[in-house]
Amino acid sequence: MKTGQKSEKKPLSLQEIARKGNGGDDTEKWDLRLYVAGQTPRSVAAFANLKRICEEHVPGRYKIEVVDLIKHPQLAAGDQILAIPTLVRKLPQPLRKIVGDLRDTERAIVGLQLRPTRE
Amino acid sequence: MKNSGNSSTALPKAPTGIQGLDEITAGGLPRGRPTLVCGSAGCGKTLFSMEFLVRGATQYGEPGVFMAFEETAPELAQNVRSLGFDLEKLIRQKKMAVDFVYVDRNEIDETGEYNLDGLFIRLNAAIDSIGAKRVVLDTIEALFSGLQNEGILRAELRRLFRWLKDKGVTAIITGERGAGTLTRRGLEEYVSDCVILLDHRVTDQISTRRLRIVKYRGTAHGANEYPFLIDEDGFSVLPVTSLGLQHQVSNERISSGIPRLDVMLGGKGYYRGSTILLAGTAGTGKTSLAAHFVRAACRRGERTIYFAFEESPGQLMRNMRSIGVDLRRCVDDGLLQIHSSRATLYGLEMHLAVMHKLVDGFSPKVVVIDPIGTLIHAGTRQDAQSMVVRLIDFLKSRGITAMLTNLTSGGAALERTDVDVSSIVDTWLLLRDIELNGERNRAMYVLKSRGMRHSNQLREFLLTDKGIDLLDVYVGPEGVLTGSSRASVEAREKAAALAIQQDAERTERERQRKREALEARIEAMRKEFEIEADELATLASQESARAHSLAHDRQKMALLRQADEVARPNPSSKRSGGRL
Repeated sequence: MKTGQKSEKKPLSLQEIARKGNGGDDTEKWDLRLYVAGQTPRSVAAFANLKRICEEHVPGRYKIEVVDLIKHPQLAAGDQILAIPTLVRKLPQPLRKIVGDLRDTERAIVGLQLRPTRE
Repeated sequence: MKNSGNSSTALPKAPTGIQGLDEITAGGLPRGRPTLVCGSAGCGKTLFSMEFLVRGATQYGEPGVFMAFEETAPELAQNVRSLGFDLEKLIRQKKMAVDFVYVDRNEIDETGEYNLDGLFIRLNAAIDSIGAKRVVLDTIEALFSGLQNEGILRAELRRLFRWLKDKGVTAIITGERGAGTLTRRGLEEYVSDCVILLDHRVTDQISTRRLRIVKYRGTAHGANEYPFLIDEDGFSVLPVTSLGLQHQVSNERISSGIPRLDVMLGGKGYYRGSTILLAGTAGTGKTSLAAHFVRAACRRGERTIYFAFEESPGQLMRNMRSIGVDLRRCVDDGLLQIHSSRATLYGLEMHLAVMHKLVDGFSPKVVVIDPIGTLIHAGTRQDAQSMVVRLIDFLKSRGITAMLTNLTSGGAALERTDVDVSSIVDTWLLLRDIELNGERNRAMYVLKSRGMRHSNQLREFLLTDKGIDLLDVYVGPEGVLTGSSRASVEAREKAAALAIQQDAERTERERQRKREALEARIEAMRKEFEIEADELATLASQESARAHSLAHDRQKMALLRQADEVARPNPSSKRSGGRL
């Protein structure tokens, strides 16, 4: 069921993927921001999942900023956050958002476009 | 699911400030609860909810948060500026907060579990920042297009509405109307306290906006569809029952423009601020009567608006000039505005809006609507009626004397109007035609006139080139007659009267003659008597003279006989006794 929706995503990001495939992504900085609301099990899980994925795919060139909206509610509007947890990929452009606890690693990787394509 | 059933005794309500809506909801929306406002695209959901917030902030001291999912704050501000709402100012004054929530599925991927705490936090922050009492979510269905997991979304929406209740804010949630359902995503299953349906319908090529309260738990409400309009003053719903009977009443009387009609109306004419209905069949002179009233108003120096739904200003002025009423002068003096438009030009609510605007702009003392019946063509009978009622109410509240004409179609009972306003008018003049002896004549009478003694007489109504003339109709053994039959009967009666008069004169002359003859005879007899009396008097004096002379003679004779003079008195008696 979910895979069907994933294939729908692919054509949309094709250009993106093609650009990345041309190189340059090895030096790209990854600027990620994870929005959570308090220390819930879900947000802890989301952070752990994110950390694991980043270590695996972009080790050493990522930055994760965790924003707790309970402490800074005014920050929610800036990135148009509705769902918690939401991961925002500030860099590289374009902006991407992934909502959920990133439990589905495969989908998270595709959503973040961490690698060009899986041939 | 609900535990609100026990609070039904006195449901607190938050007034919307929307004209008419608070009347049909008996006070407003349920306070502290969410209300669903649904309708198809372009039916005014956003404006409705925005007006709820703006009125709340400006009139009821309840700040509000507008959470927009479809329009940005600047766009919203621009859109509602046409309603006279200065959103930026309200935001600066911390009376309102607008939060634009942008959801784009293309930017969002979903992996795993999540909830909508982000939305809750934003909403909470916005509410707390201004101490909001009112919240609008317009339209939350956008979430469904942005997020894929409907299961999570539905659970979260349920939680959101629960949370809004706990927060104690009066909320409006808007929703797009779906096929066969109130909202496309079935929001009505979460919001069960109050559901308002807005509709923008085109019937016979005329669009009318309507509002219906589908449900309102725990309170009585108007269940009809009510037409509403959106104009520069915002929303206004037209409830049939909104007759606010609070208006000031004037005792001043104003002339109808026809002296004879004033006499029929207690001698003084209409009451100022009353509503006058001129009803009648085609060609009975309704417009002419109205024109006289307009001219009378202009002569008093009062401003008048004439809404003509059947004639253009030029045509109206020309036609009225033919009966000697010069409306052009009134127009030139700036005292009369004639607005001609076809009733079908736009929907009823627009008509009402235009009338409101013109009346507000010109502030007339007299308004003529000629005829009101055509407004049916701009909507349904019921809409037209509620509109006319609303209009009358509006005019009364301003102390404006309203004259409505109504064409009674052939065959219909005279005593009813197409828009059924007859019961709310104050003075009702019925114009009718009387067909008799191959001719048709106009007649009129005062069917009712509240608060004054009025004539019960039928009057014949003549349109002359000097205006309207009212004549007494002939009422006699031959019935009620008008026109030439009246004239002929009157002529016949005149002849008969003349004959009677001549007879009387003849008798009088006879009597006079007799008297004269008698008097002559009396005179003659008196003369005769005088002559006789004279003669008798002469005789009497002759007698006495003779008696005197007789006595004298006797004395003389006594002297001659040398009778004793001293003893004369006695001897005379002795003598007379002796002589006897």
